[in-house]
Amino acid sequence: MAFFFDLFVNGLMTGMMYALVALGFVLIYKATSVVNFAQGELVMFGGYVAAALLSLYHLPLPVALPVLMGTMVLLGFLLERGVLRPLVGQQVISVVMVTIGLAQVLQGSAAMVWGAQTKNIALPIPLEPYVIWEIFISPINIVAAAVSGAFLVAFAWFFRKSRMGIAMRAVANDQQASMAVGINVRMVFAISWAIAGLAAAIGGVVWGSIVGVDTQLALVGLKVFPAVILGGLDSVPGAIVGGLIIGAVESVAAGYVDPYVGGGTKDFLPYVLMILALMIRPYGFFGREIIERV
Amino acid sequence: MISRECGVYQTTYEGDMALYPLPLARYASVAAVVVLALLPLVLDSHQMSLVNLMTLAAIGAIGLNILVGYTGQVSLGHGAFMMVGSYTAALVTLRLGLPFWVGLPAGGIVAALVGTFFGIPSLRIKGLYLAIATLAGQFIIEWTINHSTWISGGVQSTVYVPTPDFFGWPINSEYRRYYMVLPVAIIAYVAAMNLVRSRVGRAFIAVRDRDVAAEIIGVDIFRYKLLAFALSSFYAGVAGALWTYYLKIANYEHFTLATSVSYLAMIIIGGLGSVLGSVFGAVFITMLPIALVYVVEGGAALFGFEYASIANILANLRLIIFGGLIILFLAIEPEGLYRMWGNVRRYFRLWPFSY
Repeated sequence: MAFFFDLFVNGLMTGMMYALVALGFVLIYKATSVVNFAQGELVMFGGYVAAALLSLYHLPLPVALPVLMGTMVLLGFLLERGVLRPLVGQQVISVVMVTIGLAQVLQGSAAMVWGAQTKNIALPIPLEPYVIWEIFISPINIVAAAVSGAFLVAFAWFFRKSRMGIAMRAVANDQQASMAVGINVRMVFAISWAIAGLAAAIGGVVWGSIVGVDTQLALVGLKVFPAVILGGLDSVPGAIVGGLIIGAVESVAAGYVDPYVGGGTKDFLPYVLMILALMIRPYGFFGREIIERV
Repeated sequence: MISRECGVYQTTYEGDMALYPLPLARYASVAAVVVLALLPLVLDSHQMSLVNLMTLAAIGAIGLNILVGYTGQVSLGHGAFMMVGSYTAALVTLRLGLPFWVGLPAGGIVAALVGTFFGIPSLRIKGLYLAIATLAGQFIIEWTINHSTWISGGVQSTVYVPTPDFFGWPINSEYRRYYMVLPVAIIAYVAAMNLVRSRVGRAFIAVRDRDVAAEIIGVDIFRYKLLAFALSSFYAGVAGALWTYYLKIANYEHFTLATSVSYLAMIIIGGLGSVLGSVFGAVFITMLPIALVYVVEGGAALFGFEYASIANILANLRLIIFGGLIILFLAIEPEGLYRMWGNVRRYFRLWPFSY
């Protein structure tokens, strides 16, 4: 039983980190109806910038973090302005492909500037795992889950209480109506990409400190699809719940099934769950039910 | 023979749908086939291998264009369907000892079955949800094949296939492989050209342009969507089977998500909803990394860099240019190379007396 809880708790912590990446994804979809296949690459880019700031330029953490966040916000802003805006209102394949193209460019340029070998993000966190009721939890996972949690709470507040957050929800609901009441829709588009960049910056540090920074880090973006589909593509609480479910399920399944099939259950089961979700309940647990069936 | 009116003056549906709108087109097609068939006379073995790669890519790209360009169903699982065809061909040859000309259709049929299965979600969902569902299909197929010892020999292993032969004529050089690949490609091209001007093709286009309207005028959407998935995966399966016989190995690494993406790039750069455009795109994307090597090597020699110092840059530069081209084409010329080719042709049609 301890084995199960060990897997389960660690899976939930990974799930919190999935939720963090999923958040940036949901944000962009909610406000601009673009499915961002480059979210993983944004996270990877954030990780690279963090690694460069900390290990290459030896900036102290309190200085490096704001610089990193500023860089990623700017990047998100530029991407919306330069790449996505010309394609507003185009067919789905164009929008999907433009984010895929973007993913390739981000991956190539990050590896070109900083090199392809894996980099570490050294955070001042002890390495020995805590043992609570026979469950091994490494401190870095706790910090990562806590950071993700704090960030998610901050977003919940932002969307409910702040003026900009409410404007973003309005745009997500109905673009024309929000234009009519005087919301600057273009601004909202740009801001949502900027915030997605911010989420990617945090995600990059959190993921990069655990698995190391290289182009493989971008694969986390593909893992996020099952999470957001389960939770509902346009729902922030859905991103959190979906992330937690995927994290827990893949961790437990990998622990029990991997020895029999030769590994890789983690790369398989989430997608089976996703296909099932798409067939049974495509709008997810919390998404708006607006799927057309033709 | 070479004269042509300066507008569209078709008065019958037959005239509008004709495979050869002008007598010239018929002669041009025959000439193109002859030139393609005689290419081995002028090219060396290395150039021939490039032509082979393009031809293989063209078959897969035509298949994807039927699904994405003509029927409007986004698929990120094309690579996986090619993988199904590739392993089917390998197993048919290894386990049953059948020749390659049985393995090709076998690969196509099995891939078509698998493709139809993963097309079923398209009946309930569409657009980007379908893109995500096919993404799941890619991963699920990849994992299943990779983890079935019976199919692939276990994780990370490669299935080796003996040199294919055609009634005792071993296909063991780039030139001979060309004559294995080319006829398949020509059949694939002609079949696709005929498909898209037939009743089925028009139904596909109707589903793409406005699915509700298509349903109202009597197009059975479920049937045609599944048919599009089946046909597209059949092409993918044949292309994958050809890869197996061409390389004499079946390995999942040739058919990952990156493969699916590069086939999508081919049809976007070549032109969505155009058979000839798929071929242009296949040639373009296949040549891109090779041309890049020449350019970068030339540049390095010119400025006196060591080649070793730029080898790392090259791989990443390829990614950047690949992604950048996708973005540029989507923003500037969404109809791709086919449209550019059309523009050039239109310019020269009345040249030098254009008005």
